[in-house]
Amino acid sequence: MTLTTDHSRAVADGAHSHGAVKPEGSRAERRTSFSLDDIPVPHGREEEWRFSPADRLQPLFQAGLGASGITVQVTPAPEVTVETVGRDDARLGTAGKPGDRTAVTAWNAFEQATVVTVPAEAVATGVTSVRIDGVAEDASAAHVLVRAERHSQAVVVLDHAGDATLTETVEIVVEDGAHLTVVSVQDWADGAVHASSHRARLGRDAKLKHVVVTFGGDVVRITPDAEFTATGGEVEMVGLYFADTDQHQEHRLFVDHAVPDCRSRVTYKGALQGSGAHTVWVGDVLIRANAENTDTYELNRNLVLTDGARADSVPNLEIETGEIAGAGHASATGRFDDEQLFYLQARGIPEIEARRLVVRGFFAELIHEIGVPEVEERLLASIEAELEKSMSVITGAPAEAPTA
Amino acid sequence: MPTLEIRDLHVSVETKEGPKPILRGVDLTIASGETHAIMGPNGSGKSTLASALAGHPKYTVTSGTVTLDGEDLLAMTVDERARAGLFLAMQYPVEVSGVSVANFLRTAKTAIDGQAPALRTWGKEVRGAMENLRMDPAFAERSVNEGFSGGEKKRHEILQMELFKPRFAILDETDSGLDVDALRIVSEGVNRAKENTEVGVLLITHYTRILRYIKPDFVHVFVDGKIAEEGGPELADRLEEEGYDKYVGAGAVSA
Repeated sequence: MTLTTDHSRAVADGAHSHGAVKPEGSRAERRTSFSLDDIPVPHGREEEWRFSPADRLQPLFQAGLGASGITVQVTPAPEVTVETVGRDDARLGTAGKPGDRTAVTAWNAFEQATVVTVPAEAVATGVTSVRIDGVAEDASAAHVLVRAERHSQAVVVLDHAGDATLTETVEIVVEDGAHLTVVSVQDWADGAVHASSHRARLGRDAKLKHVVVTFGGDVVRITPDAEFTATGGEVEMVGLYFADTDQHQEHRLFVDHAVPDCRSRVTYKGALQGSGAHTVWVGDVLIRANAENTDTYELNRNLVLTDGARADSVPNLEIETGEIAGAGHASATGRFDDEQLFYLQARGIPEIEARRLVVRGFFAELIHEIGVPEVEERLLASIEAELEKSMSVITGAPAEAPTA
Repeated sequence: MPTLEIRDLHVSVETKEGPKPILRGVDLTIASGETHAIMGPNGSGKSTLASALAGHPKYTVTSGTVTLDGEDLLAMTVDERARAGLFLAMQYPVEVSGVSVANFLRTAKTAIDGQAPALRTWGKEVRGAMENLRMDPAFAERSVNEGFSGGEKKRHEILQMELFKPRFAILDETDSGLDVDALRIVSEGVNRAKENTEVGVLLITHYTRILRYIKPDFVHVFVDGKIAEEGGPELADRLEEEGYDKYVGAGAVSA
């Protein structure tokens, strides 16, 4: 069976657990550190690596990575400033510590960081674009810090393209009252291997919309963490991914409700097609003992379009206080429904068009939630391009012929 | 005059134990403008006939022919059959989330006609047809069949029949699960389609009550995968009184 939804670690409330296996206990206990020595090279069976192709990620587990494999180019909105700074800049490293090996190698390797600042009270009139292009195969590290100072508003889009072997840190600091949208698009060329640790910290009444879109690359593993540091914070985490033959796309989220009166919404949706397509979604939400009046919900849905693809989905909700406003999670993985196809075809709609309708419909609501028109349009176009590939899988065109 | 001709149709369904024959030699000819009711007990194969004609992949035609106006229907894909003029109002319409009714209707109409419907008249036509079926205009913005009540799903099926203007429509137990009001509204829709086009109708039902609203020209009793008896509307009245016992009782088939 290639279709799985793993609920073994789902925890509905503090009092009971669905699964007997709890390898590491609370998410709160996971080691985080800036030191390479504290987070050694994984053997692959660790909880956070058990779904990952550790062999393909090996280059990114090594210390002493350079930066020659990529270029970073920023086109800021007029109100937004951009700097390139050394690693001793005091603003770096303030949005939490690395939580796994690729995050700690990224932190220790970068020489220069890109700092994007939305000044206090500024309202950006356009999108700030950060392009990360793979230019050589050298395993590299990169560091980007996006700072939205108090009461500012901005949209920042990170685009990853080309072929690269890259471990990356994206620090996101949302100060009091700021509203920030960060979109990270992984549209790598074939062959790319990418690990990225997104670490966000939200101040009082701060709002972050965090969007992850993953289409291209051989292995993409993103670990967005969001931590509330003061009351009234709100984070909306949206993800969309589309995995093809032999692609591994992994998204591991952690929302840390450490203070009262904060709200989080997580919605990730993915489609898979082709043999060896593998997606992993892990959503950890921790509501700590003093995080009263927390309101959280996380959802993951996967649509498996062809045989031979595998979607793992693991929501984990840990609740350490009874005084919450709401907490829930949902996860569902379904196959492309032949009855839907029959219904649409019985209305004269050809198979290819019918599949398009269904997949577009699957993603439609999520795309509208992004709220950045430029990004929405590109996404729709990318989904169309992905669907072209799936049609060649279905119609048996030679480009996507399964390996014997 | 266009006809839908079914000759000695044998159909099997795939099961874990291998193919299982359901239809065992169905003969039926429907001409344009005619309404044929197929009635029969549960499990007699009525719905299999509907699904097999539409080309559902679960069913395999093992022998026999079906032609629509002389064209080999069985050689066509599901969507080709629909474009050739066949419509199936489904017993259990499927949800398609994220696809609005308006978008779905326009996409299907475009596929069936081979060209997009004229924008100005199409909107009006859809609104009018919805109004006739007492459907709230807000319905057009909802996802296809998602969260629809049983009655809403059936109205949506008949809405499509009215808008797509098929040459032959198969109504697969469209009456099941409807209250009297909904049954009347849905039946009116079918009757409008009959008046406005020369549609031939194959009305599959377990009960006789829908035949009070939609008058059949012919009634066929379906038992054990084939037609056991045929007649005019009076046959329905007899079934109303006698039920299917005569056909399914011991010895009825072998006698």
